[in-house]
Amino acid sequence: METAPQFFRHGPGPFARLFVFALLSCLLIAGDVRFKYFPQLRQAIGVIIFPLQKIAYIPANIYDQVEEFIASFYLLEENVKLRLLYLENREQLLKLHSLEAENIHLRQLLGAVQQIENKTRTKTVLAEILYTPRDPFNHKITLNKGSQHHIQLGQAVIDDKGIVGQITQLYPWSSEVTLLTDRDHSVPVQVVRNSLRSVVSGTGKNDQLEVRYLSVNTDIQKGDQLVTSGIGGVYPPGIPVATVLRIERDPTGDFAQIISTPVAGVDRNRQVLILSLIQPESHDALEMPKIESGKN
Amino acid sequence: MYVPASNWFIAASLVMALILNFLPLQGDILIFRPDFVAIAIAYWNINHPHKMGMSVAFGMGLMMDVGNAGILGQHALAYCVIVYLTLIFGRRLRLFNSMQQAPQVGLILLIMQIVIVLVATSGGSALPDGQYFLAAVSGTLLWAPGSFLLSMLLKQKSDPDAL
Repeated sequence: METAPQFFRHGPGPFARLFVFALLSCLLIAGDVRFKYFPQLRQAIGVIIFPLQKIAYIPANIYDQVEEFIASFYLLEENVKLRLLYLENREQLLKLHSLEAENIHLRQLLGAVQQIENKTRTKTVLAEILYTPRDPFNHKITLNKGSQHHIQLGQAVIDDKGIVGQITQLYPWSSEVTLLTDRDHSVPVQVVRNSLRSVVSGTGKNDQLEVRYLSVNTDIQKGDQLVTSGIGGVYPPGIPVATVLRIERDPTGDFAQIISTPVAGVDRNRQVLILSLIQPESHDALEMPKIESGKN
Repeated sequence: MYVPASNWFIAASLVMALILNFLPLQGDILIFRPDFVAIAIAYWNINHPHKMGMSVAFGMGLMMDVGNAGILGQHALAYCVIVYLTLIFGRRLRLFNSMQQAPQVGLILLIMQIVIVLVATSGGSALPDGQYFLAAVSGTLLWAPGSFLLSMLLKQKSDPDAL
């Protein structure tokens, strides 16, 4: 082949090329999985593909508008329904207000700080889901709000029923949310019935969460409601997270195996709310929201 | 008939495939969602080998990884494997028409999915259930209409009678 005239352009053979690129991807994979290198590369690619994601969202937008148009015929009916719902909610809200007032009053009596006031005041931003991953490995969604919309890392994401997840990657115009069901995601929770505190972690399966590190004889029952405890400073307290589905108490083990299902439609929504806690910045510097902060 | 493909046409088709991949689908359709980029890469490497290098496939894979919020390099490796397989078997595959090619391309798509699963499990994920591989089936079903569409567009674009 040394003297053969160059009729055809030949690079290295397919296998050599595959070898080089496989090596390169293995480096990337190892760097990404083990050490979380290359955040800049991810950012840059994220900016490049954003217009494509935006274009891909156009059909969904059109669908929404058509749906809205059709829904406009049923406005009166819906209005009546919503008014009833509003009255119902209003009643509960009034109850909540009186409870809050009572709580503040009692706390003042006890000499406690007006903590509840600071902790429960939140601001919400409505975001639309740009993309849900195609494979079952990563429990993440991409939202259409990013650092340009003053979204910050670690903010909680909820839907109308409960916690959906937490923002773990920021791009200028979009952001990634790690869902509750992700293997690496934990939320500090509390059982509503007896305010038992624990941590609920994702299992990597859809609609399955695990309550870890509760001993075999813990007072927890099937159907118990789990809400955020507010410890860790990432999630505001009192937002529903999960319902206990089943409990396996193996007397030989140290911990009970408690499986629960998320309350929120973790994989069903089109729109979600991004919550930001409005807190005095000064003494919360230590509890900067981070994904591992729920783990103990 | 062999119609030469311009780089712009290939690029446009790849961008289109990427947009199709980024469609915000939800629910049960997700299982059947074929990987349009993989199909486009396979098409170009079977019918126009050496027009689209492995580096392009690698770049497409990286974009897919970031968009998919997955491990960086996962799809990149998978797409490079597609290019490799289609370069090796391309000459043989070109002997068949697109209907006959479909099952063989389906096998290549399945190998690509296995690569993706291997990378994901090495990152600590659990093995997915069998449903996951339905995407290779839908890709197989899409191969004949997809390659027909691409070759039609290509023919129309470079029609010799137009001159």
